[in-house]
Amino acid sequence: MNWISSNLGRIVDLTVSHVWLTLLPTAIGLLLALPLGWWAHRSGRGYAAIVGAAGLLYTIPSLALFIILPTILGTKILDPVNIVVALTLYTLALLVRVVADGLGSVPHDTVAAAEAMGYRSWQRLLLVELPVAVPVIAAGLRVAVVSNVSIVTMAALLGIPQLGSLFTQGFQLRLFAPLVTGVVLCVVLAVVFDGLIILANKLATPWRQRTATS
Amino acid sequence: MAAADGDVVNIFGWLTDPANWSGSDGIPTQIGYHLLYSAMALLVALAIAVPLGIVIGYTGRGEAVVAGSANALRALPSLGLLVLLFLVISPVVTGQLVYVLPTIVVLVLLAVPPILTGTYAGIQNADPDAVGAARGMGYTKRQILVRVQLPCALPLLLSGVRGATLQIISTATIAAYLGLQGLGRFILDGRAQANFSQMAGGAILVAVLALLLEFGFAALGSLVVSPGLRRSTKNVPSSPATITATA
Repeated sequence: MNWISSNLGRIVDLTVSHVWLTLLPTAIGLLLALPLGWWAHRSGRGYAAIVGAAGLLYTIPSLALFIILPTILGTKILDPVNIVVALTLYTLALLVRVVADGLGSVPHDTVAAAEAMGYRSWQRLLLVELPVAVPVIAAGLRVAVVSNVSIVTMAALLGIPQLGSLFTQGFQLRLFAPLVTGVVLCVVLAVVFDGLIILANKLATPWRQRTATS
Repeated sequence: MAAADGDVVNIFGWLTDPANWSGSDGIPTQIGYHLLYSAMALLVALAIAVPLGIVIGYTGRGEAVVAGSANALRALPSLGLLVLLFLVISPVVTGQLVYVLPTIVVLVLLAVPPILTGTYAGIQNADPDAVGAARGMGYTKRQILVRVQLPCALPLLLSGVRGATLQIISTATIAAYLGLQGLGRFILDGRAQANFSQMAGGAILVAVLALLLEFGFAALGSLVVSPGLRRSTKNVPSSPATITATA
């Protein structure tokens, strides 16, 4: 407790960086996965290619990607951009398949009804298919954000500050306080983000019904 | 851009330098250690997760608990857990074990959920017709489990083992953080000595190892699983639907 109160400012800073390094790539990954997943859903060959590429990307270890990316991006090894790009790629790899499968899970009757009501194909996509696919996409997003919270901590091995820095500090000083603080805060962040997605998913459901009836 | 090109050349230079491919801290030795820790963790995880998965898949009990804790485990950061375990056991455990034990425990924790899920889902998804047919032929429950349900579960079980192996290989790099060997040595020593070529070389080696194992599992899957499926369709010639489905 003593350690926490005397290091409170640093803990807050590390938590804020951790939140940014987790949420930014999750959001960008989701935004990129929507059009790509839609394309994979529409074209059979595109599906196989995208799912295959995503699977291969997912096999590359995070620490390795953090180190290899600077040679491709021309960034410095300590640049947090490497972490954002790496986690965006992982999120995209996970979600592109989820979005394609989510769109594929929309009942045929629902699509046919929208078509019969005179919806154009882009209206049908945005107002009918995508909202109906929200629960499937939300389930994938939950896995992505919780994984991202713990993957970010690996960047501590390179010296990029976030909650993982408390682990390396705990090891160097042989101190329990920073370690336990870091692990607890990671779990708390994961639970909070997970809960927010569950909440957003629930809120999205009545909105979907309103547009469907209007 | 010139700097980036230089880096690529240096990485290639590091990877192809014969001096890095020999000796007690050379690339083959570190790959060997990396695979050794990984195999140890995988064996322990298999010994825990497969029997437990069979029990859960067979009885249908405990599924909710497993699904919930698998999600919670994902949130636990491996690096934090590694150091925490090390600090906890360091007053009581001595020798190499004080480094090896936390590493193996962390890797096992990563590997158990995918194998467990693959095993019980595979058993639960075993073709009910096949199970019914076996029962009709007078198979005992044990025979049904060993000769029908487990072979049917093999594709999902293998995909769980594949996921677990990739997780282990990726994460085994952190063994080096406690001072152990493995490919993480190149990454962490490279970082400490500001030797970027060595660091990136180590990173590329881990990535290549993971990709090779991914392809290996794909090959193993088609080797182990599809003869089983073919055999089951041959045994049921009265069902043209199954034959056309696999043809």
